[in-house]
Amino acid sequence: MLVNQFLILAAVLFCIGVYGVIARRNAVMVLMSIELILNSVNINFLAFALRNGSIDGHVFALYIIAVAAAEVGVGLALVLLVYRNRKSIALDELSEMKG
Amino acid sequence: MVAQNIAFGIIAAIMVVGALRVVTVNNVVHAALWLVLVLAGAAAQYILLTAEFVAVTQVLVYIGAVMVLFLFGTMLTRAQLGKEKLLNNPTWYLGIPASLLLLGVMIMALTSSFGDEKLPTDSELVSTQAISDQIFGPYLLPFWALSFVLLVAVIGAIVLARKD
Repeated sequence: MLVNQFLILAAVLFCIGVYGVIARRNAVMVLMSIELILNSVNINFLAFALRNGSIDGHVFALYIIAVAAAEVGVGLALVLLVYRNRKSIALDELSEMKG
Repeated sequence: MVAQNIAFGIIAAIMVVGALRVVTVNNVVHAALWLVLVLAGAAAQYILLTAEFVAVTQVLVYIGAVMVLFLFGTMLTRAQLGKEKLLNNPTWYLGIPASLLLLGVMIMALTSSFGDEKLPTDSELVSTQAISDQIFGPYLLPFWALSFVLLVAVIGAIVLARKD
């Protein structure tokens, strides 16, 4: 197995996630795209851990999984709050802070 | 080694198709189910990369917990399940050149710096004991910080989502 096949798979998933963050209007869909990005980062960490014969990449991958879980929890609570106040979670309608 | 390469190819194709469906499908619940496919494929790739503990954690946390959160979030923020128009921004097409440009630059950088470098083939599965020795040894302080992050996230989610 080449190092690059995992790294390029991770790059493809990352770019699909970036496209989702740019293109999606629904806040829940944007959070899902962020999950795609975080997973591609994890693949990179584990590929480099295997390449270098080190365990540190595994520890960081576990930390990223925990931080992603916290992020989804808080993110969905925010989305719920926005929905309760505005009856919509379209991101382009949240423009009160625009100068 | 050939078997591993074939497995990688099949799983990678499934993951890319699933990820494309996540960002293009017009139904939030279907997108969440396609995301399950991508996350399961990622767990399979972790096993190919000899990281079985991370793979099991991925299945437990992502497919078990995060996906239930997403489905609950979908359920609570929409009146009816089904197709929804206007799931995309009016300028969604601007994302295509941006992400393709990013992908091109990253693939150029990766091929020029790693080329045909091979992963070591004789490595054994990383044991859970080795990972825990690492977490509770040199990485103890980040572990504590992460515990506080999770605690604050739980309290923050409750405070944000409760009705007053």
